[in-house]
Amino acid sequence: MPLLEIKNAKLKLDNKDILKGLSLSVNEGEVHAIMGPNGSGKSTLSYMLAGRDGYELESGEVFLEGQSLSEMEADERARSGLFLAFQYPVELPGVGGMSFLREAVNSRRKFIGEEELDHLAFVKEVRKVASKMFVKDEMLKRAVNVGFSGGEKKRFEILQMAMLKPTVSILDETDSGLDVDALKIVSEGVNSQRNEDNAIVVITHYQRLLDYIVPDFVHILSDGRIIKSGGPELALEVEKNGYAGLINAA
Amino acid sequence: MVATKETIDKVKEVSSTYKYGFVTDLEAEKAPIGLNEDIVKFISHKKKEPKWLLEWRLKAYKKWLSMEAPNWAMVDFPKINFQDIYYYSAPKAKPKLNSLDEVDPELLRTYEKLGIPIKEQEVLAGVAVDYVFDSVSVATTFREKLAKEGIIFCPISEAVQTHPDLVKKYIGSVIPIGDNYYAALNSAVFTDGSFVYIPKDVKCPMELSTYFRINEQNSGQFERTLIIAEDNTYVSYLEGCTAPQRDENQLHAAVVELVAMDNAEIKYSTVQNWYPGDKDGKGGIYNFVTKRGNCIGKKSKISWTQVETGSAITWKYPSCVLKGDDSVGEFYSVAVANNAQQADTGTKMIHIGKNTKSTIISKGISAGKAQNTYRGQVQIQKNAKGSRNFTQCDSLLIGDKCGAHTVPYINQFTPHARVEHEATTSKISEDQLFYCLQRGLDTEQATSLIVNGFCKEVMKELPMEFAVEAQKLIGISLEGSVG
Ligand SMILES: Nc1ncnc2c1ncn2[C@@H]1O[C@H](COP(=O)(O)OP(=O)(O)OP(=O)(O)O)[C@@H](O)[C@H]1O
Ligand SMILES: [Mg+2]
Repeated sequence: MPLLEIKNAKLKLDNKDILKGLSLSVNEGEVHAIMGPNGSGKSTLSYMLAGRDGYELESGEVFLEGQSLSEMEADERARSGLFLAFQYPVELPGVGGMSFLREAVNSRRKFIGEEELDHLAFVKEVRKVASKMFVKDEMLKRAVNVGFSGGEKKRFEILQMAMLKPTVSILDETDSGLDVDALKIVSEGVNSQRNEDNAIVVITHYQRLLDYIVPDFVHILSDGRIIKSGGPELALEVEKNGYAGLINAA
Repeated sequence: MVATKETIDKVKEVSSTYKYGFVTDLEAEKAPIGLNEDIVKFISHKKKEPKWLLEWRLKAYKKWLSMEAPNWAMVDFPKINFQDIYYYSAPKAKPKLNSLDEVDPELLRTYEKLGIPIKEQEVLAGVAVDYVFDSVSVATTFREKLAKEGIIFCPISEAVQTHPDLVKKYIGSVIPIGDNYYAALNSAVFTDGSFVYIPKDVKCPMELSTYFRINEQNSGQFERTLIIAEDNTYVSYLEGCTAPQRDENQLHAAVVELVAMDNAEIKYSTVQNWYPGDKDGKGGIYNFVTKRGNCIGKKSKISWTQVETGSAITWKYPSCVLKGDDSVGEFYSVAVANNAQQADTGTKMIHIGKNTKSTIISKGISAGKAQNTYRGQVQIQKNAKGSRNFTQCDSLLIGDKCGAHTVPYINQFTPHARVEHEATTSKISEDQLFYCLQRGLDTEQATSLIVNGFCKEVMKELPMEFAVEAQKLIGISLEGSVG
């Protein structure tokens, strides 16, 4: 059984067809990359999966570990192990990073029947993970994403991912806005979480990221459909020739 | 970013979630219903008061008769029938004031239900607490330890007996009997409240606290608190309030007077959680309160912090009169209004002395059909050269049927002063909610987190023990306000 299975997903926004019959199967231990031109529906796909209000499917179905997501609210999906690293992480003024993360982690732990972490145990755990990602303590004391640089926001997203230990993670353009060093750090952060029991879907415009996070599969999303799938070589082809040839061939 | 239609549509009616809405079954000793001179005499007699105080009350009563209820606040409610209220109600099992063991067990259970077991709190928190139940003060904990420092912390009715000179000197000195309609009423019929006296050069070693509870049906609560801090002192005082859930409205008209001498600092915090009424606005407490502090001494400081989540109507403006040179006044406020609640609250900062400073931070949160008004006056008098005020008023709206209003009055009579005012209005955005949900928080958790983030500057002014409680309260009072 795939960890994530999308079957012929169709979705409209504002009466406009955005996803036009998209199917994708992601198995345990796999990393999938999704590439595609601006406006092709990548972020829409990620919101749909995460269960954002207004992004309900018109038809088709999505399964997480065999369980249909159609009746599940966003928070329930998250607690069940679905994680979305946002293309544009949201600022929460006055909400401390530490307490935010702790509530998130404990919600997930409670849901899967693990004991909630007390303050000390939690702080210890965060420090351990944060130091690997070169996230300073000072950043965790600040309000979530407020005044963070673009790169800091992305690093904080991956830190959250590491703390929540999701089954399926969707990373929406986590590489955009990162400098060369940060790209490496974030990629290592992601790679260190790859294992036989989870799966990662990375959405990106750049082959460069895929040098660090080497995918098992690459999919090209265009106009609300996956028009071509292949191995890492497909990303190289896009890098070289752009999307035009692929789209015309489809 | 603006919340989408969906969210707004989902702003649901809240089922009554007031968790303090139980009634304690105690036999009460009441004065006959209604108000006249005899009732005033009855109260004074019950309290075995000296003649001067009875005369003071009667003067206040006459003054009150000649006054009109204020109507300038942005609140709307039917005229109160003052003859329909009980002005004195005491639990019949006579409370012994000194020993907790002798307090009516039923009463102790009430406080336990409120989450403040007297004994436990006494031991654990190191907080000295005075409990006011309807009209009488039931128990004051930790008195002996305080007495060693020369600190007086007792019910005001007791202070009238034991320290009449202090009471006579200061009662009404900050808020004269004719100050306003509800203050005049309180002066005539006040029943109990706390009295605190901090002698020269003493820093009060613990938080002092009063817990008010209205239990009796149709009874008003008119408590009166007086805090005097002599030269070079510090005291932090907290009041908390709850009331049972009842269909009819109940009146709470308190008066709090603070006096700070040279270098004295008084920190007064309130967590107000009176019953707000049901979602349609039935029942609930009318909270009409006059609070004022006199910074008489040089470099004195009075700081008001309030978290107002309850009451059907709140009408209160804790104020500072900055007479002493270099004195400081502060007002930190969070006012939450949900469903049919109405809050008109703010402060007055009257700068009289030189180089006086005031800071006003007000956070108003409105949800449901609630109306939330900040009303604040900053007055810089002619001699208050070098004075400064900074005011910041932020409003947060949840849904589109509620309202937030900011009404600042600035009167500056010298050019040698600086007054700054900032105001913002915002909404909880769909993006923020979704971000929290995506991390596994449910809607209530997310709302509470975002709202508490919005109030953070004020919450950090609360004593630690109470900040946690206040955070929870804000969450509870907004339950169901976001889809
Ligand atoms: N609320 C909306 N109503 C109508 N159209 C929308 C709405 N939100 C997004 N769209 C449209 O849906 C399409 C897909 O947008 P989406 O953000 O998913 O693209 P993307 O592939 O993530 O692009 P990018 O690479 O620029 O991030 C775009 O044409 C966009 O304009
Ligand atoms: Mg996108």
